[in-house]
Amino acid sequence: MAAGVQRRATGELRLVELFREYEDFVAVNGIDLDVPPGSFFALLGPSGCGKTTTLRMIAGLEEPTSGRILLGTEDITNTRAHQRRVNTVFQSYALFPHLNIIDNVGFGLRQLKVANWKTKAMEALELVKLADRAKQKPRQLSGGMQQRVALARAIVNEPEILLLDEPLGALDLKLRREMQIELKRIQQEVGITFIHVTHDQEEAMTMADTVAVMRSGSIEQLGTPADLYDKPATAFVANFLGQSNLLPIEVTSVSGAVAKVVSHGSELTVESASLPDGQTAGLRLGIRPEKLRLVSATDSVWTNRLSGEVTDVSFTGVATTYLIRMAWGQEITVTQPNDGTARATLGEQVTIAWDPHHAFVIGAD
Amino acid sequence: MALVVPGVRPVRRRAVRRRGTFTPLILLAPAMLWLTVFFVVPTFSLASQSLQTGDIDNGFVFAWEFQNYASALGRYWPQFLRSLLYAGTATVITLLLGFPLAWFMAHRSGKFKTMLLVLVIAPFFTNFLIRTLAWQVILTDQGWVSNVFRATGITGVLHWLGMVPNDSLMGSPFAVIAGLAYNFLPFMVLPLYTSLERLDLRFLDAAGDLYANGWQTFWKVIWPLSLPGVVSGTLLTFIPAAGDYINSKLLGNTQTVMIGQVIDSQFLRVLDYPLAAALSFILMATIIFMVSLYVRAAGTEELV
Repeated sequence: MAAGVQRRATGELRLVELFREYEDFVAVNGIDLDVPPGSFFALLGPSGCGKTTTLRMIAGLEEPTSGRILLGTEDITNTRAHQRRVNTVFQSYALFPHLNIIDNVGFGLRQLKVANWKTKAMEALELVKLADRAKQKPRQLSGGMQQRVALARAIVNEPEILLLDEPLGALDLKLRREMQIELKRIQQEVGITFIHVTHDQEEAMTMADTVAVMRSGSIEQLGTPADLYDKPATAFVANFLGQSNLLPIEVTSVSGAVAKVVSHGSELTVESASLPDGQTAGLRLGIRPEKLRLVSATDSVWTNRLSGEVTDVSFTGVATTYLIRMAWGQEITVTQPNDGTARATLGEQVTIAWDPHHAFVIGAD
Repeated sequence: MALVVPGVRPVRRRAVRRRGTFTPLILLAPAMLWLTVFFVVPTFSLASQSLQTGDIDNGFVFAWEFQNYASALGRYWPQFLRSLLYAGTATVITLLLGFPLAWFMAHRSGKFKTMLLVLVIAPFFTNFLIRTLAWQVILTDQGWVSNVFRATGITGVLHWLGMVPNDSLMGSPFAVIAGLAYNFLPFMVLPLYTSLERLDLRFLDAAGDLYANGWQTFWKVIWPLSLPGVVSGTLLTFIPAAGDYINSKLLGNTQTVMIGQVIDSQFLRVLDYPLAAALSFILMATIIFMVSLYVRAAGTEELV
């Protein structure tokens, strides 16, 4: 491992004010990003948010309108795809149909004039457990196997950066879960910086150390999966990563670590630290469904309490999800783990409560 | 269910099998009949004619006259070689012109794709003979093509290559090959277009990503994937071009006579039917031999 790091540059990527404009729309609208070497980085966002365009610009398959791309200390903005030590696992795999598996995997090595390309290609195939398929053509392999060949074909070149463009999109759920674990294992084994583009929040959170949530060409929020989930900065992030209940609030007083707020006439407390700096108008309080508890109406332990009527109950085995209609008509989602606590029934009046530590506050968009 | 099936199955299977056996035959019958009447029978009659002896006034008799083949080759081998050379050169030219054109049509033409396809086929609306005659006008000594070629020294280069006998373009090997290339270009472009249109451009991204520059991408990815189109295009061009007798007749001179012309005059003017039949058979055998070598070398059966 140490030798590998010394032999090559760092594998650190920097994007500086990167723009990509088309005639009628802006695909990437000014991205600044630092990807530390050896990390598993995810670009997460809905389709059309510019994540794939960003990836293609890093690969050199698309030219930025303006901005710079730096690999380590080297500016690679104006180099062509074949001059960059960056490899891609394409969404469609793009395995060459006229070449057998070993020639597909060895394609990059032969371009780089690596003498023992065959040995290295076989090692890469062993890493993805497909050494026995070396002589077959891509069309003879299943989707999952083709996906692994595409991965081997990219990592065998020991690139500075490995780009993954929705690589698991075409696989069924079970295979996808397996490949997520497999990808994570391979990334730790080879130590290459992985940049993974996906619209699947669960995939991004399971695999990546750092996730950048993208929306209409810009990065909305960047952080560890736990940060993004527990402290989303915007309503978009709060709803894109899992479910959130959002309540409009007004701050009435701040004293030390605790602040008093009012939402639809109910007095609630939040942690002062969670209030966004300098913003007072248009604030919203967010609570994840699994952070809410069903409590008895007389329970005074909980400071944050709201009551409403159960309008929907759905039992999923591990948990029960309720929709609870508040007096002002909003429906709050509550997930109660199947831990033996009493279940509520449809039409019942219930009280929900939460710990101020488990809530987050987001500013106006 | 399980109880019903054993009783029903034999009946159904027989019905299915009967339909499966006869339908293809019925569908094939018209084509088989056509080929028998217009291909198999003429081929046998031509084969027997090529072994006849005699002349037009006293009649021909079948005599296993293999001498016909020896004299056909002995007298006309230069025309044979010339035909293969001209057809081969014209094929290479159509490939060089057709490939970029087909690529442009398949991947770069956008909304003009259909229009370009129609334009490629458009010459067929005019008679083959008329189109070839038009080349006499295009290549005439006073024409602008001749003037430009003379002025830029291209005529000089063609003369040095032995493609034009003097400084006029008409009545030369150059004119014959140009005519062949022009007339058969659509037969090259259309199969190439079909092949290239199916080519997934994402393979080009992948090749670039794997350190191949434009030239390497062409030879390692585009070319092998377009081989089926290249093979059918070259066959559709070379085979008819090798037997063509219009282009050399209208655009050539006495030094550019191709084998098709020889067969034409032996059948229709000299009236030496056995010799003409032997020439036809030699041409057919040569082409079949060359094509099978070519197809084997191109290895198309291994392609997708």
